[in-house]
Amino acid sequence: MNEIGLGHYLTLGAIIFTIGIIGIFLNRKNVIIILMSIELILLAVNINLVSFSIYLQDLVGQVFSMFILTVAAAEAAVGLAIIVIYYKNKGSIYVEKISSLKG
Amino acid sequence: MEFFIVFLPLISSLISSVFGKRLGDRYCQILASSLIGISGILSILIFYKVLIQDYNVNKLIFNWISSGAFSVNWSINIDPLTSVMLVVVTLISTIIHFYSIGYMEHDAHKPRFMAYLSLFTFAMLTLVTADNFLQLFFGWEGVGLCSYLLIGFWYKKPAANAAAIKAFVVNRVGDFGFAIGIFLIFFYFNTVNYNEVFGLVPQLIEKEIIFLGIKFNLITLICLLLFIGAMGKSAQILLHTWLPDAMEGPTPVSALIHAATMVTAGVFLVVRCSPIFEYSQVALNVVAIVGMITAFFAATVALVQNDIKKIVAYSTCSQLGYMFFAAGIGAYHVAIFHLFTHAFFKALLFLGAGCVIHSFHEEQDIRLMGGVWKKIPYTYVLMIVGTLALTGFPFLSGYYSKDAIIEFAYLKNNTIGYCAVAIGILTALLTSIYSWRLIFKTFHGKFNNKKNTPSTIKESSLFMLIPSSLLAVGSIITGMLFKNIFIGSNTNFWSDSILFLQLFQNNHPPIWVITITPVLVVIAIPTSFYLFLKNEKILKNFILKNQNLYNFLLNKWYFDDLYNFIFVNPIKKIGLFLWKEGDINTIDRFGPDGLAKLVKIISEKAVSFQNGYLYHYAFVMLVGFSILLTYLILY
Repeated sequence: MNEIGLGHYLTLGAIIFTIGIIGIFLNRKNVIIILMSIELILLAVNINLVSFSIYLQDLVGQVFSMFILTVAAAEAAVGLAIIVIYYKNKGSIYVEKISSLKG
Repeated sequence: MEFFIVFLPLISSLISSVFGKRLGDRYCQILASSLIGISGILSILIFYKVLIQDYNVNKLIFNWISSGAFSVNWSINIDPLTSVMLVVVTLISTIIHFYSIGYMEHDAHKPRFMAYLSLFTFAMLTLVTADNFLQLFFGWEGVGLCSYLLIGFWYKKPAANAAAIKAFVVNRVGDFGFAIGIFLIFFYFNTVNYNEVFGLVPQLIEKEIIFLGIKFNLITLICLLLFIGAMGKSAQILLHTWLPDAMEGPTPVSALIHAATMVTAGVFLVVRCSPIFEYSQVALNVVAIVGMITAFFAATVALVQNDIKKIVAYSTCSQLGYMFFAAGIGAYHVAIFHLFTHAFFKALLFLGAGCVIHSFHEEQDIRLMGGVWKKIPYTYVLMIVGTLALTGFPFLSGYYSKDAIIEFAYLKNNTIGYCAVAIGILTALLTSIYSWRLIFKTFHGKFNNKKNTPSTIKESSLFMLIPSSLLAVGSIITGMLFKNIFIGSNTNFWSDSILFLQLFQNNHPPIWVITITPVLVVIAIPTSFYLFLKNEKILKNFILKNQNLYNFLLNKWYFDDLYNFIFVNPIKKIGLFLWKEGDINTIDRFGPDGLAKLVKIISEKAVSFQNGYLYHYAFVMLVGFSILLTYLILY
């Protein structure tokens, strides 16, 4: 068995990132799934940061990922709050029905 | 004083057009008529001054164009010739302004009509008072424009619009020649002012130039080109087709523009340019021959027409022919004298015809009239006076002027002169026949109108009858009054305004030349009475036997059909082709229309991007971001 190295981590990050992206625009159901996809993208980035941090022997990357997690948590809270308000106003969070951006 | 004569009509036109609605129809009409009336009175004063004191003045209004050697003034030039034209124009115009108050009673656009009429008067006055060819050309085009506007006055009638366009286009043909003539004058004389040009003519008699590959004498060429302009405006043969059609306009317009004043502008031009024409015998002969052909042609066509106004229109054409051949044989003063008397009796005939049309409630076909002379006695008398004057019945105005033309033609003592005598006498006879045919068919015989009953035929209003009677007085007395002044043997009324190189012999022509016309004219009255009223069978049989000749005349010598065949239809086809194939199918298709279609297609595609779905926006954003990133990494 090969040793698990930087390449594997980066591959994992890339896969998760891609899943997140695809989750955003293939998803036709629920806004919450979009929110989760965004989280996935952020996590993919975090994986990259952490893996580079270990590879480069520099702790700054891990510190940075801690910050990102914090911000992501806050962002998730705000996002969920927006979704709740939106649900109250429109009665649905079905992605297919959200098209008021068209103006 | 001169300023008022010229500018009062302009003021009247401006007031009528700008404030016409606010003033109200009646005030507008009265104001316009009075302003022109004042101008008329002043013109008579000027004429009187010219007559008594040899008044001769050139009032500068402003320096119009000044560019290098080219200097043209806008001025009012008063000389005997101009003073006569002033009187004719303003007097007839005043009378017709008043007449139209009655004639246009039921029209919705009275101020507009008045504005056009006054504007026409102004343009005509600038034409006759010009002291250079450019101002003359300005007036010339001005009257052409007003003629166009007035023929098409009833713009809802397709025939009126077509006639207006026809008049405008045919006049362009003439004006083209006229303009080239003026260019030639400027090119060789370096000036367009009458005095300077006329002074230089004798030095350039021998000059020859090559035009269109043919060698011409300069003076002859200039004269011929100017005469082409005159032919267009004065409806001489080949360019005459617009005049009968112009009768689609209101009758006062026909009287003022297409009988008394504008169409005589061509004669005025030839007489005004007598110092040039006198030096070119060729050009004079052409003028005389064209005049003769026109006089004869129009008279024959008038014999068989059935529209009351068209008969009078062809008669106008024929009389203009008289004026031209008078000018062509060198008797310019007689041409102007005939112009002067003709203005009165022809305007009278038109106004009378207008009254008849009014009485018959817009009926113009003389076959559908008849038997009404007791119902409309005043109109009847007016028409009789006009007809007598036109035909040259002894001691009315036409007698003096028309006979003078024939006499002077005889005195010319050459082939052209004798031809002119023959044509003149023959045409006078024809004139008499068609004029009396008009009278007998219109007023005598059976009542043939189906739309109206005899009891609905009413005399026209006083607004129409009084101006017409003034013209009737004019038609009776102008000949006697002005004969000696205008064409008397020792008159020097014209002083420098007309140049005669060869003076006419002073002896009298033989007695038969003087008497034959009046005798024929008088004999024609009972003859036409018999032919058109008592015994119509003779004529009907004659027509049946000579169907070809009758159709030839009825269709106006097929000039219109010929022109349609040669010019109008091919040009129409070319126009249609260029429009359909060139414009719509090529330029528009690949130009504006194609571009617009392309933009539409692209924008429709672009619109589908903006559908409001979040995931699409995100996708687009991502793709854009990737492209940007790729670009940055690669380059």
